Amino acid sequence: MDFELSPEHEAFRRVVREFAEAEIAPYAEEWDRTHTFPVDTVRKMGELGLFGLPFPEEYGGSDADFLTLCIAIEELARVDQSMAITLEAGVTLGINPIATYGTEAQKARWLPDLVTGRALAAFGLTEPDAGSDAGATRTRAELDGDEWVINGSKAFITNSGTELTSLVTITARTGPDEISAIVVPAGTPGFVVEPPYRKMGWHASDTHGLRFEDCRVPAENLLGARGEGFRQFLATLDDGRIAIAAMAVGVLQACLEESVAYAKARTAFGRPIGSYQAVAFKCADLETMTEAARWLTYRAAWLKDQGRPFKQAAAIAKLYATEAAVTATREATQIFGGYGFMDETPVARHYRDAKILEIGEGTSEIQRLVIARGLGLPVD
Amino acid sequence: MKIAVCAKQIPDPATPYDLDPDHHWVVRPDDQVLDDTDRYGVEIGLQLAEASEGTVTLFSMSPAGTLQGIRQALAMGADKAVVISDPALKGSDAAVTAKVLAAAIEREGYDLVIAGTESTDGYTGVVPQMLAEHLGVPSLTFAKHVEAADGTLRIHRQTPEGYDVVEAALPAVVTVTAGVVEPRYPTFKGIMQAKQKPVEELSAADLGFGADDVGAAGSGTVVEGVTPVPARQAGEIVEDDGEAYLKILEILERAKVI
Ligand SMILES: Cc1cc2nc3c(=O)[nH]c(=O)nc-3n(C[C@H](O)[C@H](O)[C@H](O)COP(=O)(O)OP(=O)(O)OC[C@H]3O[C@@H](n4cnc5c(N)ncnc54)[C@H](O)[C@@H]3O)c2cc1C
Repeated sequence: MDFELSPEHEAFRRVVREFAEAEIAPYAEEWDRTHTFPVDTVRKMGELGLFGLPFPEEYGGSDADFLTLCIAIEELARVDQSMAITLEAGVTLGINPIATYGTEAQKARWLPDLVTGRALAAFGLTEPDAGSDAGATRTRAELDGDEWVINGSKAFITNSGTELTSLVTITARTGPDEISAIVVPAGTPGFVVEPPYRKMGWHASDTHGLRFEDCRVPAENLLGARGEGFRQFLATLDDGRIAIAAMAVGVLQACLEESVAYAKARTAFGRPIGSYQAVAFKCADLETMTEAARWLTYRAAWLKDQGRPFKQAAAIAKLYATEAAVTATREATQIFGGYGFMDETPVARHYRDAKILEIGEGTSEIQRLVIARGLGLPVD
Repeated sequence: MKIAVCAKQIPDPATPYDLDPDHHWVVRPDDQVLDDTDRYGVEIGLQLAEASEGTVTLFSMSPAGTLQGIRQALAMGADKAVVISDPALKGSDAAVTAKVLAAAIEREGYDLVIAGTESTDGYTGVVPQMLAEHLGVPSLTFAKHVEAADGTLRIHRQTPEGYDVVEAALPAVVTVTAGVVEPRYPTFKGIMQAKQKPVEELSAADLGFGADDVGAAGSGTVVEGVTPVPARQAGEIVEDDGEAYLKILEILERAKVI
């Protein structure tokens, strides 16, 4: 048994941390306040090679393992969840399906710009009336000659409306009992990006509803085999769950560091608040949750990297880490007292931002469903 | 163009380090990091090498340890490193350091040597000039901009008022000031490639030095004592009664800032 990361993983963590602290942390409050998606910063993340980490070198990627991606996401989330989700969704939802299921021609066309961060891809699964129950997809695509004609709508799609967005892969009904994935390039006539949502958090992340009105794309934009869309997105989400868990680990780490520093510096009744057990024990709990979440996440990533089954481990990591992150942001806010309620305090931003971690890429309830089924229980 | 970049490994400035009580030498942990000021030298070296299809070789006199600091510079893109690591070098002063680096750089061959203006742990700020003296080449200092082409080095030398344009024939030594370029972040690919890049480790004897030429024995500098920096005095608070700017102008004039 060996819990040591390689020197290269550690070296890369230091680089991403330095990048996050220099290029993101000083501006995160302003982007949050002004709801700004910082295109130039996302481009810099691309130059650092973050979007290409787990993809082949022949397309400009780094051939890194999934753990490396998790470390990068964790370090970004430690300072700003909006940039972390931009990377997470860009890689595991945007690029991953194309790299995994794309034909040579599709990969050659789309990947070089995506893995270098010159372009962003989105993944449109959720619909206004189909979220957890994604099989209830109502969006339809019909072949008309050598074109798909798409009609329907998608909800809450990350990275779908930025000036970098080059495509959205959507799931659509292509027959009575058939869901398929289709690549829709940005700017295709009939593909309408709705105005951004007003969200509780993740203010610097880009989220839109999408509409398709007789939107036509070439038949060859089908991604993977016809009718395979359902199986494909389930697999895509298994990867994504580990990455969301990594985001939660970064949030936990931030809460831990911020809380311990504040507990040492802030005095009340003539003593540092960290000298009161009520506060010190909260910090001890934060440390415990952070460690537990981190190792569940790294183990899930390790199983994936070893080519072993990881569905159960991914669901466990996502469930535990995201629920721990929400608890941690609440407790950290409590430690900061009134200052913790002020928008410019990082833990306040993390508090608003963290809740969605328990919802996106499979709610906590859905994770419990997956885990219970993994135990052989006949639950539905 | 063959570019030599001096790169020092130092204890991580984020974690305070100790001085040994007998000699006041920095106690060096195994995993030292690249001196932040050297990242600018590496960046400028890489830019010049990219423009001239040249190579960048790092030179470092420091206990090799885990080579973490050197690998950081290799991950940025330097081609290889020469590390002079030898217990006999312990206690070397600036003059010995310059002598040893010069011998290693001479042995390798070079068109241009780039160094930071001063290291973040020692702050003597004289090694590069001594190095130039040993190599017998011109020494240009405080460059905020560096061009090298057709056998000529041309720099913008930072001055309090602006900059001087200074030229010298290559080969030469140049020191670059921090903050003038944005050092690139190493990518993951760069980190993986750095693992495979050659790092040559030399001893003092490999460069022809005897035990008395280097280390404490060869050094003329003795640090007699070290005193902590006195705590900063509280600043002066100027209340603004509408005329505070006059008072501030007066303070700035007294400090000879304006
Ligand atoms: C900011 C943001 C970004 C997003 N980005 C994307 C994106 O890029 N792409 C994308 O496709 N989607 C995205 N989503 C959508 C997200 O994945 C869904 O919101 C999520 O899967 C939940 O679906 P829903 O909102 O329809 O909730 P519902 O499925 O309606 O769930 C409502 C409640 O019922 C519970 N529930 C549902 N079914 C069961 C069950 N069988 N057993 C027990 N409880 C159940 C849920 O857990 C939840 O508590 C994003 C959402 C947000 C808010």
